[in-house]
Amino acid sequence: MSARTTDVAIIGGGLIGAWTAFFLARRGQRVTLIEKGVVGAQSSGVNFGNLRLQGRFPGQYPLSLRSQALWEDFDALIGEGCEFEQTGHLYLAYDEEEHAKLEGYAKVSESYGLAIERVGPADLRRRWPWLGERAMAATFSARDATANPRLATPAVARAAARHGATILENTRVTAVDRGGEGFSLTLADGTRLSCGALVNCAGAWALEIAERFGETAPVFPAGPPQFVTEPFPYRIEPSVQAIDGSVIFRQIPRGNIILAGYPRTAADPQANRAPVPPAKTLAAMRALARVAPMLAQCHVIRVWSGIEAYLPDMIPVIGPSGTTPGLFHAFGFCGHGFQIGPGVGLCLSEMIVDGETPTPLEPFSIERFRTATAVSEKFKKEFD
Amino acid sequence: MAEIVIVGAGPAGISAAEILVANGLRPILIDEGARAGGQGYRRPADGLALDMNKLMGSEAGRYAALHARFAALRPQIDYRPQTLVWAIDGKRLHLLRDGRTETLDCDKLLIASGAMDRIAPLPGWTTPGVFTLGGAQVALKDQGCLIGSRVAFLGSSPLLALAAKQYRAMGAEIAVIADTTPFSAKLAAMPALLGAPRTLLRGLWYMATALRAGIPMLNGVTPVAVEGDGRVEALVLRDGSGRERRFACDAVALGYGLKPETQLADLAGAEFTYDPDFRLFLPKIDGFGRARPGLYLAGDGVRIGGADAAEASGALAAHAILSDLGRPQDIAAIRPLARRVARLRGFQRGLAQAFAWPKQQIAALPDSVTLCRCENVTIGEVRAAMAQSLGPVEVNRVKAMTRCGMGRCQGRVCGPALQEIVAAGTGQGGESAGRLRGQAPVKPIALAAAEEPA
Repeated sequence: MSARTTDVAIIGGGLIGAWTAFFLARRGQRVTLIEKGVVGAQSSGVNFGNLRLQGRFPGQYPLSLRSQALWEDFDALIGEGCEFEQTGHLYLAYDEEEHAKLEGYAKVSESYGLAIERVGPADLRRRWPWLGERAMAATFSARDATANPRLATPAVARAAARHGATILENTRVTAVDRGGEGFSLTLADGTRLSCGALVNCAGAWALEIAERFGETAPVFPAGPPQFVTEPFPYRIEPSVQAIDGSVIFRQIPRGNIILAGYPRTAADPQANRAPVPPAKTLAAMRALARVAPMLAQCHVIRVWSGIEAYLPDMIPVIGPSGTTPGLFHAFGFCGHGFQIGPGVGLCLSEMIVDGETPTPLEPFSIERFRTATAVSEKFKKEFD
Repeated sequence: MAEIVIVGAGPAGISAAEILVANGLRPILIDEGARAGGQGYRRPADGLALDMNKLMGSEAGRYAALHARFAALRPQIDYRPQTLVWAIDGKRLHLLRDGRTETLDCDKLLIASGAMDRIAPLPGWTTPGVFTLGGAQVALKDQGCLIGSRVAFLGSSPLLALAAKQYRAMGAEIAVIADTTPFSAKLAAMPALLGAPRTLLRGLWYMATALRAGIPMLNGVTPVAVEGDGRVEALVLRDGSGRERRFACDAVALGYGLKPETQLADLAGAEFTYDPDFRLFLPKIDGFGRARPGLYLAGDGVRIGGADAAEASGALAAHAILSDLGRPQDIAAIRPLARRVARLRGFQRGLAQAFAWPKQQIAALPDSVTLCRCENVTIGEVRAAMAQSLGPVEVNRVKAMTRCGMGRCQGRVCGPALQEIVAAGTGQGGESAGRLRGQAPVKPIALAAAEEPA
């Protein structure tokens, strides 16, 4: 049985773990990233690929904007591409109530410095002629973008490895203990790994590690119904979202339409299953045809989902453990972790190396679950 | 009364329905096709004057008998042609009929979904004029059309000679019948083939006919390329002695044997296991075709066995349904059926060894060859993705990285070849390459299909 030492061990090779490993390795830390399967295979690899800035939780904007700057610099930072397309995000309202909500979101976005363009009914169909008749107002944010989630995480992990990080795929952690000044991990092959700091970003599997150190969060696994269509002539540049949540879609330049919808479906992380009920696929197909009637004869070729970790207040856990110095959590991204992934990795690396990060992360503390938590409106809307 | 649904109206589905009807049940028979018969016994479009006796040759009697049986059966079942099962959610089938979706709940589900050609790519295989062997036969039986006037048959299958014979009977000129399997390998498999002498003799007879007609018949060839600028002009091969030969033709039919269409079984929750003889992942079944409680699989859709095995396995599955419904077992009927299925499927297993899937030839293909025609992914792109650090070593992951198998056909065409390229890339066996996971829809469906009736 061999024993090794590393400065930081990261459990979970998703997008968060890969970016954290990347930034730590760049700062000269010895980093070991441990992944039970292969990097970026779970929600990091099967999500919709939205780098959306509009309509986020207000307290998240500093993190979100910092993260977007990293996505914008992805190719230079990482050394390969991930189909990053900065084509903007179009948020659609279909009645007055939705319009008022849109305006509320826009004011929040603007207060953090995001440029939001308001588009009335006449301009809507002039600029996006494929829109159906019923849309009455929209906001457009040009800085919003999309990327290919299947490519992003492995690319970041490769870059981390080039900076010296050790990436262990197909490796399970069987035990985590306090040891010396830090932690002692046992891997499935019996290897012992000692580390000064430990990052828990194990996604839908993260709770077990938190509970090992006497803290918890009401996290549960679920996945959105998603589908992709055959290629269709490229007309729809921005990613498009109806504010009622019925449909979020984008078209990639090669022509396929990618769609994610609500409500989400409970998933099974043990059996590694995230089913897509056909009834939800049909509902999403109807919703898409309403928003973009020209797609009526476009064919759906495949549905899929993934296992994401959700929390009832619909905001993630990011930051130091409340019980154990040297332990950091980043999980429960509630279906919107892709955009903030690079920023979360950067902040965690700063907390570990510098002891602090300039980005405010208080709202994301795991400590909030010591008392009863509020259930978000979004949560009620987005689940069955 | 329990709702029994049979998917697929080929020999397996029809035989199963007959037995259920004979026992006082009225199954629902769902058929993606417009007319019952499946692929092998496909009937021409109405109003098409096609001499099916001439076309079916020695199988004409069986062809006529199956259609006569179906005509007698039809009033006693709920037959739903032109109906696609696009998704399965537990006991609920999601159907597409007349461009609209609907659901159907069932207690017992028998899937007899048939088979499709297994494709080995070669340089130029996406040139217009290249067909699967099955496609070439469908064009003939369904529409009375030939895929070309001078046709080359390439692959590794006894059906090459059969299809060539049908094509010649309908007026086509045959450029060559070229088999990638060396003749010695076929001889070595003879003992396994003796289990089904009728089929074996039929195969030998077709070959003899072709030889008499002066058609070049080559064994042990290595395909080089399909040539042609926007249209097939020639098939280039290296023959058994290594000499390059060029056969002018205007169409090529590729036949490397069949693979079961297992997507529906996958969606219905069947477990899969790797079959090293066929080099395919196949659903696990018991001797009757039970895959899991309430789910039965029969015909070429679960194990390649040919039309006669499909009939017998469909009947066996129907007996299993009856038994699971608490009816007494008809042992006298079941025993010979089980023997027949075992013998005929054993024969096909022998065929799979005699007419080998050319895995080494696929692994040796140049980087420039298109592997996934839906997404236009080359073999080189797959190899490059696998070669990078943290690169994929399993088909689903390769698909995620390269889009190979992600398009309209969902890997039904490129899947088997992808599996060999991935297996060769890892240096492990075919099993380690993994199985492309199935997801709905089984075939593409238009957004408009989801519209609710006004």
